[in-house]
Amino acid sequence: MPAAIEVRGLVKRYGPLAAVDGIDFDVPTGTVFAFLGPNGAGKTTTTEILEGLRRRTEGSVRVLELDPWSDGAALHRRIGVIPQDFRFFEKITPKEAIEYYRALFGTDVDPGKLLAQVELLDKIAARFDTLSGGQKQKLGLALALTNDPEICFLDEPTTGLDPHARRAIWAVIRTLKREGRTVFLTTHYLEEAEILADRVAIIHHGRIIAAGTPNEIIRAHGRPARLRVEGSPELAAYLRTTLGLSAFAEGGRIDVELGSARDALRVLNAVESSGLPWSAFETTQDTLEDVFVRLVGQMDDGALKSEAPT
Amino acid sequence: MNGRRIGADFRVVARSYFRNPIALFFSLIFPIILIGLFGLIFSNVGGGTVTLPVVNADPGCPFDPLTHNTTTYCQEFLAALNGTHVVKVDVVSMPVATFASWLGQKDYTVGLVIPPGFGENYSQRLPANVTVYSNPQDAATSGTVFGAVQGVVNGFNLRAAGGTPFLGFRTSNIGSPVYTYIDYLIPGLIGFSILTSPMFSMVDVTSSYRKEGIFRQLSLTPLTRSEWLISRVLWYVALTFVTAAIMLGAGIGLFGAHVTFTFGLVPFLVVGSFFFVSLGMLAGSIAKTPESAALIGNIITFPMMFLSGTFFQVSSMPPGLQAFAHLLPLYYVIDGMNQVLLFSNTTQALYDLAIVLVGSLIVFALAVRFFRWRDE
Repeated sequence: MPAAIEVRGLVKRYGPLAAVDGIDFDVPTGTVFAFLGPNGAGKTTTTEILEGLRRRTEGSVRVLELDPWSDGAALHRRIGVIPQDFRFFEKITPKEAIEYYRALFGTDVDPGKLLAQVELLDKIAARFDTLSGGQKQKLGLALALTNDPEICFLDEPTTGLDPHARRAIWAVIRTLKREGRTVFLTTHYLEEAEILADRVAIIHHGRIIAAGTPNEIIRAHGRPARLRVEGSPELAAYLRTTLGLSAFAEGGRIDVELGSARDALRVLNAVESSGLPWSAFETTQDTLEDVFVRLVGQMDDGALKSEAPT
Repeated sequence: MNGRRIGADFRVVARSYFRNPIALFFSLIFPIILIGLFGLIFSNVGGGTVTLPVVNADPGCPFDPLTHNTTTYCQEFLAALNGTHVVKVDVVSMPVATFASWLGQKDYTVGLVIPPGFGENYSQRLPANVTVYSNPQDAATSGTVFGAVQGVVNGFNLRAAGGTPFLGFRTSNIGSPVYTYIDYLIPGLIGFSILTSPMFSMVDVTSSYRKEGIFRQLSLTPLTRSEWLISRVLWYVALTFVTAAIMLGAGIGLFGAHVTFTFGLVPFLVVGSFFFVSLGMLAGSIAKTPESAALIGNIITFPMMFLSGTFFQVSSMPPGLQAFAHLLPLYYVIDGMNQVLLFSNTTQALYDLAIVLVGSLIVFALAVRFFRWRDE
C-alpha cells in the first residue's frame, strides 16, 4: 500500500528565510504520525503545505497520491482538517454546522452521532459563540469528520483543553486509527505524541532532527535507562567499584546508568550483597519530552526557554 | 457551480442574519424610520396648500364695478390668492396689533394683513401695501406665500394699468399628476438600502472571516469562491426585496404614497444588490486588516450615500457635484428606479440598467480575482 503522505526534499522559503529547509518523511496509511517541534520550527508551514493551503517552493509532496496544491479540490474531499484555534460562524449551532458541511460535501452523516463521538451532544443546539474553547475544538473535530476522511490533520487539537476534554479527543483519535484512517497530528504535548503516535518526527529550524517510533527516538537520542535505589554514598561507591557502572548519589538516592536490562539484575544483586542499608528501587528512562527538550536545547544552546513545550 | 452548496451557504447566512438583532433592525425597522423621518421632513415642501390667516383691516373696501358691484376689491384679492391653489385663505377678525403674536401662539409661520384703505387706494390707482408675515426658519412656506402674493399683486397691477397678460404658465408634476413628495423619496431611499446594507456587512465579513480563518476553513470544503459570493448576492437580493417592500408599504401606509410595486423595479433590485455585494467583497479583499477594510468601505460608501440622489435630487446640486454624481454607480440604480417607478421612461431605465450591469460584472470579476481563500 502506498504511503498516505510522501514528502521529499520539501522547501518553503519566505524571501531569504527558509521556513522549511529540505525535509523528507513518509506517513504509512492507517498510522498516527506526530509532527513535533518548537514554535516557529516549520510545523504549521509543513502542515499547511500538506493540506494544500500553502504553496511549496521546492520538493515533491504527495498526499493520497495527489499534489495538494494543484489537486487541492480533489484532495479536500478526502481529508479532514481542524486548524489551531478553530473558529466558525458565531450564531450557528453544532447541528447546523454539521448539516452545512454535510451539504457542502454531499455526504450523509448523522449530526447527533458525530457530535456524540466527540462528546458534544449536549451542546447540539447551542450557538457557536456560547461554546467554550474545548467545545469549539470538538466541533472542529466533528466537522473534520463530516466527509469521512482518509487522512485527518489535527493541528494542536488539545492545546488549552482541560485533562478530561483532552482524553476525550485522544479517544477519538484512537477510534480514527481503529477505523483505518491516517492521522497527522501536530502537538505541543510530547506525552500526547508518545501515547498516540506510531511514528514521530521532530522538526527544528526547518529540518527534521529526529524521526522514528517514540521508542526508537528515545533509544537513539535518550540517555541510558537508570536504576534508582535509595541508599547512602557508600553504597554508590561500592556499586561503582564492583560493577564498573556509573552511579551517582544525591539526596539519599543513587542513580545507576544501565547498559542493558541484564545490568539491572547485576545492580540489584550487588545491592543485596553489599550488606549496606537500602530501600525502594525503580527504573527510570528518558521520556520523549526529555529527548525533545535535550535535542532542541542542544541545537539552540539553551536559548529555547520561553518556547519549550510544557 | 452547485445549487446544493449555494443553498446550504444561503441558509447559514440567513440564520446568522435572523439571529443578529442589529442586522434585523437595520433591515426591517430602519427602512420604516428612514421613510418616516424623511417623509416628515419633506412633507411641508410643495405638498398641497398652505393655510394663510388673513386680517382684512379694510372694512370699507369698495365694490368692483367690473363685477357689477357684487364683490369688493378686497374679496377679489383674496379670491385670487385662493385661485393660485398654493395658499388657502382663512380670514380671521382681530386687531392688526395683536395679529403677529396670535400667529406665533397658533404656530402659524405665515400671515397676511390687508391694510385700511386698500380698496379705496386701488380704485384711485394710489399706492397700497399688503403685509406678509413670515418666519424665516420656515423658508419653504414663506417662499410659497411670497410667490403667491407676488403673483396676485402683479395681476392686480397689470389690470389697473389696463394691460392684458400674454405670458402665462401652467404647473404639472413630473411623472404622474397624483404623485407627491413621498413618491419621489422612495426610489432614493430604496437605493440607499441597496447600497448600505451589503456594503457595510460584506466589507466587514470579508475581512474578518479572513482574519479569523473561516475562509481557510471553507477552502477545505468543496464550496468555491464564486458559490460563496453568489449565495451572498442571493441573500442581499432577497433582503433588498423585503426592504423595498417595507419602504413602499411604509410610504403608502404613513404618507399615502401613490407609487406601487412594478416589475420594472426587479432588475434594479437584483443588479444593484449584485453590484454592491461584489464591491463590498472587493473592498474587504483588498484591505489587509478589518480596520482598513472598514475605512475603505466608508470612503466608497459615504459619498454615494449622499450624492447619488438618495435624499436630495442630483439635479438640485451644483454642476461640479452633478458631474461627480454621474460617476457614482448608485446614481444609475436610483435614476433607473425613478424612471420605472415615476416616469415610465423605459429607454432611460434600460440605459441605466446596462451601466449598472456592466459595472457589476466587472466588479464581480475583480472581487473573485482578488478574493483569496488560501495563501500562496
